[in-house]
Amino acid sequence: MSERGSTAVPVEEQTTTTNDPADEPSPITTGAQSVVQALSVAGVNALFGVQGGAIMPVYDALYAETDLQHVTMAHEQGAAHAADAYGQLTGEPGVCLATSGPGATNLVTGLADADMDSDPVIALTGQVPTELVGHDAFQETDTVGVTRPVTKANYFAEDADSVGDLVGKAYALAREGRPGPTLVDLPKDVTNGETDQTPGAPALPKYHEIQEIADESAVEAAASALESSSKPLVLAGGGVIKGDATEQLRTFAKRHEIPVVTTMPAIGSFPEDHELALEWAGMHGTGYANMAISHCDCLLAIGTRFDDRLTGGIETFAPAAEIIHVDIDPSEISKNVAADHPLIGDAGTVIEQLASAMERSPSAADWRTQCQHWKSTYKMSYDCPKDGPIKPQFVVEAMDELTPDETIVTTGVGQHQMWAAQYWTYTEPRTWISSHGLGTMGYGLPAAIGAKVACPDQEVVCFDGDGSFLMTIEELSVAVRENLDITVCVLNNNAVGMVRQWQDAFFEERRMASEYPWVPAFDKLAESFGAAGFTIQEYDEVADTLAAARSYDGPSIVDVFIDPEENVYPMVKSGGNNAEFALSEEQL
Amino acid sequence: MSQGLDGPAPKERSLPEARRSPEGIRLDPSTGVEHTPRRTVISALVAHEPGVLSEVSGLVSRRQFNIESLTVGSTTNPETARITLVIEESEQGIRQVETQLKKLLPVISVRELNNDAVRRELVVLKVHAEGPEQVHAITEMYDGTVLDAGPRTITVEITGDEQKIDDAIDAYGQFGIREIARTGQTALARGDEWTTHAEESRYERTTTVHTND
Repeated sequence: MSERGSTAVPVEEQTTTTNDPADEPSPITTGAQSVVQALSVAGVNALFGVQGGAIMPVYDALYAETDLQHVTMAHEQGAAHAADAYGQLTGEPGVCLATSGPGATNLVTGLADADMDSDPVIALTGQVPTELVGHDAFQETDTVGVTRPVTKANYFAEDADSVGDLVGKAYALAREGRPGPTLVDLPKDVTNGETDQTPGAPALPKYHEIQEIADESAVEAAASALESSSKPLVLAGGGVIKGDATEQLRTFAKRHEIPVVTTMPAIGSFPEDHELALEWAGMHGTGYANMAISHCDCLLAIGTRFDDRLTGGIETFAPAAEIIHVDIDPSEISKNVAADHPLIGDAGTVIEQLASAMERSPSAADWRTQCQHWKSTYKMSYDCPKDGPIKPQFVVEAMDELTPDETIVTTGVGQHQMWAAQYWTYTEPRTWISSHGLGTMGYGLPAAIGAKVACPDQEVVCFDGDGSFLMTIEELSVAVRENLDITVCVLNNNAVGMVRQWQDAFFEERRMASEYPWVPAFDKLAESFGAAGFTIQEYDEVADTLAAARSYDGPSIVDVFIDPEENVYPMVKSGGNNAEFALSEEQL
Repeated sequence: MSQGLDGPAPKERSLPEARRSPEGIRLDPSTGVEHTPRRTVISALVAHEPGVLSEVSGLVSRRQFNIESLTVGSTTNPETARITLVIEESEQGIRQVETQLKKLLPVISVRELNNDAVRRELVVLKVHAEGPEQVHAITEMYDGTVLDAGPRTITVEITGDEQKIDDAIDAYGQFGIREIARTGQTALARGDEWTTHAEESRYERTTTVHTND
């Protein structure tokens, strides 16, 4: 077992080594102080939350804890998304706090988002006193019941003595193995209650073992399948980034000269400017990635759950490929696509196992030539008539050119998200932060806030759409108050454009409720929030205005009036054949 | 206005000819894949804590597993309970039930039982008492017990495997069944075999509890 594997030790054993209260009795504290201590012991630096009645004891305990940076968010959903981005960037659970009732239910979207994308998040929610639970008290919601389907684990705290270790357990669970969101519901009598217990370091519960090393005979079988393949392909999933396996992936693919496609969450795991990179596959992925996936004869899939936006119709997904599926979560094996070689374990560890088991590289020169041919045949391009309205792709590329490689891009959900993913060249892991599985519009701005708090020395750019931006725009007040230097590019097409695109393609252009000609002037709105506001209407303004927005010290909003009729291509129809991606509406 | 990218249209491309089954299994062009569901028993040893039943039933409904019955009961260890599920799923579906159950934190160990596992179900049924002698005869035939006999109704208990219970219910049908309550199947592995992998250590913990007493 590797070092991380050792965390699977039962909770009792670990707490005895971290607690050493033998001589002096611990001072009497409250449950709330114990919660805050548990966070400190876990090494938490920042929290995102919103005050409220039932969580007040925890906030009161935070008052004295000056080492913990608390970012007051405008809305609990924003707190969850900010914590989610923070968690993705640091690899440690992002912490969000909310009160009972509406505070907790407002977190639900953010928790569901983290659950779908396996992001480490821990939510602490206030709850009415235990004696009132079940009586429909003021601001009472069955938070544990409501969040059960969207969390990896959730707990109702029972007493002040155990609440600290309970928070530690939830923290460990959020981070270890396949990450995910966890929640601890904190009734007010527990947080106000007295205790002399000091919480230990975060520890996993009993019976929770995480398999880090794959079965050696399965590794050997997978390696020989790869060796004898003539059309091998790597499919890197989000687990490569979450498992810190980027270096192992890059070394392996380059050593054996195997072309690499990624999923959207894995953008940045393999440098998109490398010859072997085919970028990301799926519904709006590159034509060459989708051609390669459709024609490969051996697919090494690492840390992916074969989402339907990636696979299209299962019948035509990599239909001739022997599938090697590496995942730390055994329940992902053969859930959507049957794995010929299931390798359960940590991404980096298993890639290294595979690397040692490989005796030769696959003979795949023709295949690599074929992939290069597809790269030129289905090149990502766009028409850019200078007399027409601005093309969004041009704005994405312009910003990419202005900014350093390690710039973090966050997005909302919709057309702008796809363009930001397609036309920005990602070369580093943890530079692409987006809402993939749940597809949460409004994710971009609170995620940018979480990103800037996590990585204050990296530039943060948020691409958003007008519809998406409007959903969490209240968080701009937070960026202003905290003076966070983030740049938001609103690719404004006066519509929820992805819906409009589908209506045009599949609903005979009946644009019901998708056109937003009424959106506010975002530059003026930005100014009223205290941020800097800019607009771009002409091509020749793009570079200068983006540069001005970047150089503004604090949050800046650039309202870019893009071609309202621009659509996202390539596109694989929902449930369609990946190889039949449409390059234009006529091909759908 | 021109929209979209350049490149060959779908019809002009080389398209893969192979296919997968709807379950994502690569099809052998000569034989194809048969994917018939089968009925089986899954046993899970779980931590005896609040919410565990809700987690298991929530999982079953959310993942649309096809479930025949689910029973829960305590064990000799106060910390654990046993859940027995009867499901009807394809091979791949059965593996999903196992791995998804195992992923639930309160679930300690999960296993699909062999066909020779010891399985039992209990039914309590209440029939009209017009012909008490025939009711008693049927009850005797199925090794049952009369729990309550009154002027108008007789209540009996039958224990057995699924087939026996079904047969008995058919037989009692002639008297008119007024009410019926079935427990669902519960099961243990046969012989020396442990029902779930964690069983051995669970047993050790049980003995510890006794010596502490």
